[in-house]
Amino acid sequence: MKKAKLIGIAAAAGLMALTLAPAAMTVAQMEPLVIESWRNDDLTIWQDVIIPAFNAQYPDIPVVFSPSAPTEYNAALNARFEGGTAGDLITCRPFDLSLDLFNQGHLASLNDLEGMANFGDVAKSAWITDDGSDVFCVPMASVIHGFFYNQDVFDLLGLEEPTTEAEFYAVLDAIQADGNYAPLVMGTADQWEAATMGYQNIGPNYWHGEEGRLGLIDGTAKYNEGGFLAAFEALARWQPYLIEGYQGISYPDAQSAFTLGLGAIYPTGSWEISGFEATADFPIGAFMPPLPEGSDQCYISDHTDIAMGMNNHIEDEARREAAWTFLNWMTTSEFASLYSNALPGFFSLSNEPVALDNPLAQEMVSWRDECESTIRSSYQILSRGEPNNETDLWVNSARLLNGEITAQEAADTVQAGLEAWYEPQQANS
Amino acid sequence: MKNPAKSSTSRKKFPTHLLVFLGPAIVIYTVFMVYPLFDSLRLSLYAPSAGNSRVEEFVGLANYQRLLTDPLLSPRLTGAIGNNFVFFIVHMFVQNPIALVLATLLASVGKRSSAVYRTLIFTPTVLSFVLVGFIWQIILNPLWGIADDVLGIFGLESQPWLGLPGTALPTLSLISVWQFVGIPMMLFLVALIGIPEELIEAGRVDGASAWRVFWSIKFPLILPTVGIVAILTFVGNFNAFDLVYTVQGSLAGPNFATDLLGTFFYRTFFGFQLQPGNPTMGAAVAGVMFLIIMLGVVLYLVGWQRRITQYEL
Repeated sequence: MKKAKLIGIAAAAGLMALTLAPAAMTVAQMEPLVIESWRNDDLTIWQDVIIPAFNAQYPDIPVVFSPSAPTEYNAALNARFEGGTAGDLITCRPFDLSLDLFNQGHLASLNDLEGMANFGDVAKSAWITDDGSDVFCVPMASVIHGFFYNQDVFDLLGLEEPTTEAEFYAVLDAIQADGNYAPLVMGTADQWEAATMGYQNIGPNYWHGEEGRLGLIDGTAKYNEGGFLAAFEALARWQPYLIEGYQGISYPDAQSAFTLGLGAIYPTGSWEISGFEATADFPIGAFMPPLPEGSDQCYISDHTDIAMGMNNHIEDEARREAAWTFLNWMTTSEFASLYSNALPGFFSLSNEPVALDNPLAQEMVSWRDECESTIRSSYQILSRGEPNNETDLWVNSARLLNGEITAQEAADTVQAGLEAWYEPQQANS
Repeated sequence: MKNPAKSSTSRKKFPTHLLVFLGPAIVIYTVFMVYPLFDSLRLSLYAPSAGNSRVEEFVGLANYQRLLTDPLLSPRLTGAIGNNFVFFIVHMFVQNPIALVLATLLASVGKRSSAVYRTLIFTPTVLSFVLVGFIWQIILNPLWGIADDVLGIFGLESQPWLGLPGTALPTLSLISVWQFVGIPMMLFLVALIGIPEELIEAGRVDGASAWRVFWSIKFPLILPTVGIVAILTFVGNFNAFDLVYTVQGSLAGPNFATDLLGTFFYRTFFGFQLQPGNPTMGAAVAGVMFLIIMLGVVLYLVGWQRRITQYEL
């Protein structure tokens, strides 16, 4: 309103001679709502699919999607909040980053949002205060880890999807023996792949999903023993199969190498589906993380990844209401279906069933029926202190794959980092 | 300048035009450089209060103490300082000698070809860091880079140069050398061109070889420029950040092998992935950078600039 008034006054002063009525200026359309996001890959989907669908129902609320680069998002968003220039709708990272924003008063509480009833406790768990009193983001989607494979290569070499660890290494050995394709396409240059696509991908099978993860939080499990150590040992066995020069291969390099057909298996997250299907000219298959010897229950990383909250500093009442309307629309099954199908691999967290068209996405989401779901071990609570557990996992998983340290050393370093500040772990040692 | 007549005239009439000329520069410099610098130093003496993390309270030098003694922070700080010295040494002993050689060659060839080479060698300097980082990432890419073929000619084995802890920092330093060799080259060139031809001719008449002419006539005369180049390199290198950030990200991998003070500052101040930023500790890192750079500049002013002989040409 203030702005509109100012414009009105300026217009009145400037156009006095022309005797134009300044009243026309004050009813100008609302400035578009700005969505902050790190998903710059999704720009066209928001512009062409989601926002038009919203505007079909609410033509008076213009919205723009304004993403930053993923690696800069957290820092940039914080800086914008400090400077008072953050957008109206804020894409939420899971757990502490968003919790911090809420505790600092940057994100609004969404307890009164009617559509919140469409989400279960697990879906909301990543965007709720520790005591459960305030929820501050509308859950959008989770991502599932697993492996993609080049079906042409598997057919050529007569290989089948491995289900157990032994079969997995047999397949890798067969591809290695053939020599034409890199068995595993992953680089360690950016470091996070080693932890996220490696350790957190295969790990839940070793530490039994939620049981192990919650054990870390209450101090009964440790990174350097049991399942968490076994997962490091399993990851270390990948080293001979990784693509040549993997120490210098970044994430986009690995993506290109796989979609160009240079390799056979790609440790992945479901968010890659649409990008890969658009660029690869061979059929892509998916298999879940292989089961270790002697276990028959599978566990998958079904990580609550993305949500949407509201900037608490919006002064204008009408604007606040518009943002609220948009968030409420995001809780509907219409949005869930639009989003999940526009971005296959981002699986809706809504209670309402969503029909998926993409076969690869169907395959991956079907794992939820067979396996127990869990989220990445370092995300809830454990990355609150210094050293940061997530960063420790990145650095040490990458060093492990680079052959600089052993699985035991990696596990000991990560555990020591956690014990340095996390009390439930200290009491135990 | 103890001329009583002159000083009395200046007392009579204050040179107000000086204020007019200096004013804008002083105001802009104060607002955008001096004030932020002191405010950043002030911030480094504060820390988020234990009770309410939104309030900052005065803690004196506690941030610096933590930075130097904390088992998490001090290895990162010493690592970054060490890496920064390697980065600086590579520039000092690779970039600057190459620049001097190039400048000497350019000063001795014909004007037209000199201009062509000068422009070519200077071009990378005006390219954006993002572009330079990207180009070199592709050249050095283990999958489709051309570096392996080229280096193979010299018998060097193919390696992921940017991915190994032992080679990543020297490789990045050399990329930076490639980008910035033009600047010291220009400064040397200007100094060399400024040497009067008579001095060199006199040397030649006395039978000095080109080598002797360079070391006994040209080099002593451009010593002031050598000092300026050294200090510019020092300040630039200890402020470096962009290239590492664009090529290796703010985690400065592998295993912090390419972590410079600039990237360490960025991670601390703005946070990283799940690690929230800590502006006051970040300001302390910036304070350390400032101290190191100031120390270097003071050493240069006291130990070098006041001692060398400046020849009037």
